[in-house]
Amino acid sequence: MFGSEFLERAERIIGILADSFPKLLRYGVTVTVPMTALSFTLALVIAVAVALVQYANVRGARQLCRFYIWFTRGTPLLVQLYLIFYGLPSLGIRLEAFPAAVIAIGLNEGAYMAESVRGSLESVPKGQLEAGYCVGMNYVQIMWHVVLPQAFRIAFPSLGNSLIGMLKETSLAATITIVEMFREAQIINGRVYESLWLYLEVAVIYLMFCTILSVVQRRMEKRLGTYGGVK
Amino acid sequence: MIEARNVRKSFDGTEILKGVDISVDKGDVVAVLGPSGSGKTTLLRCLNFLERADAGTLTFDGTEYDLPTAKKSEIAAVRRKTAFVFQNYNLFLNKTVLENVTLGLTVARKMPKDEAVERAKAALERVGLGDKLSAYPFTLSGGQQQRAAIARGLAQNPEIIYFDEPTSALDPELIGEVLSVMRDLAAEGMTMIVVTHEMEFARSVSKKVVFMQNGVVVESGPSKEFFENPREERSRRFVNFILSER
Ligand SMILES: Nc1ncnc2c1ncn2[C@@H]1O[C@H](COP(=O)(O)OP(=O)(O)OP(=O)(O)O)[C@@H](O)[C@H]1O
Ligand SMILES: [Mg+2]
Repeated sequence: MFGSEFLERAERIIGILADSFPKLLRYGVTVTVPMTALSFTLALVIAVAVALVQYANVRGARQLCRFYIWFTRGTPLLVQLYLIFYGLPSLGIRLEAFPAAVIAIGLNEGAYMAESVRGSLESVPKGQLEAGYCVGMNYVQIMWHVVLPQAFRIAFPSLGNSLIGMLKETSLAATITIVEMFREAQIINGRVYESLWLYLEVAVIYLMFCTILSVVQRRMEKRLGTYGGVK
Repeated sequence: MIEARNVRKSFDGTEILKGVDISVDKGDVVAVLGPSGSGKTTLLRCLNFLERADAGTLTFDGTEYDLPTAKKSEIAAVRRKTAFVFQNYNLFLNKTVLENVTLGLTVARKMPKDEAVERAKAALERVGLGDKLSAYPFTLSGGQQQRAAIARGLAQNPEIIYFDEPTSALDPELIGEVLSVMRDLAAEGMTMIVVTHEMEFARSVSKKVVFMQNGVVVESGPSKEFFENPREERSRRFVNFILSER
């Protein structure tokens, strides 16, 4: 059953996998991971700002934030990527592919994260704000020392999930000329025609990254504690 | 020491406070009594600007403040001299007991940490929580949480403490420990306004009673008189009702 033909084929596939693995991993570490980190940072900044504007009920800005969330959540990331990379140049805004991807992914996930940060802020019992005022603190001081830390603790698991989601979404950057981990797998496959094995391989590498992230997430969650409360 | 005049407040077109007067002398314990919804909480909140009154003045140590228009700096000045104890404690849930007490001192008053800790420990000692400094609110009983909240107020060195039904959220067996702390404070000469349904406490500790109904003060005067010989028919009915309930 295991004829020499089979062995030859197995040898070829193993050779291809062994050859491509370090290449894919390198693209993962040098493109996918930094793109994820930058997009997540951008998304987090946007999310906290947008959530705070709504929590503090800043008029005008609040409407703008609702519009942003409505638009972003109602359109596909792929369309947003194309709009930013291929669409904006006709308005005279030309972005390199990498920053365009970071902006698109950050803006996209920022909208989802904003909703979860806002929910977390609102679940912090309001009486603490009043108690803060009564001991002389102002709004910013109370938010910084009391409300935000509690909201962060509540939002943490969902933010972690967003980070993991973003790592996978960076593969869409392949569609706007960026060579990242997935695009590199496509390119190698163009030479060797082993779709099943190459895409399985790249899937395994994504899985590795995501597993590491979720282990780290769980560890950090434990270390953050719950201020003596049960979750 | 403090005197509020003609305090008015409406919510959604309904007048909740219809021109309330209240005055408290230094060292007095004033009990604010009245049926549910009469505006007791709203009155306390207006006195501390947690709620903006629609009209009224507050004279505090000879300085007069216009309640509806008081500026930020004036509000800060009033709050520096007052402490507020809430029905639901409202402790900072991400802070330990000690941090709950020091936070306002270090952050708002820019007090050096050592000094704040010292003062906080003394306040917590006073309410019997000297051994719970590093506990989080979640791990405490309601009575302990409320005593921590009182310590937080005490550490502000207030001239007056407002209590809004400090024992209403507590299991019956925990009420005593909080009332006893308040009794001690009264005995030490602390000025307090206490909104309460604890008639025994009002009767034995407070010097003066303010009885409210439907947003007006029906009767106010020495508590002995109020309980033994109320002037107003409505007060009499309230006292009889309360006494018959027990
Ligand atoms: N923020 C608010 N918005 C709308 N209505 C309010 C608000 N706060 C209080 N009220 C209303 O004002 C009325 C008086 O409330 P308040 O809490 O001052 O009464 P209370 O005398 O403290 O009653 P209780 O003994 O039940 O605590 C109630 O009918 C309440 O529904
Ligand atoms: Mg009340």
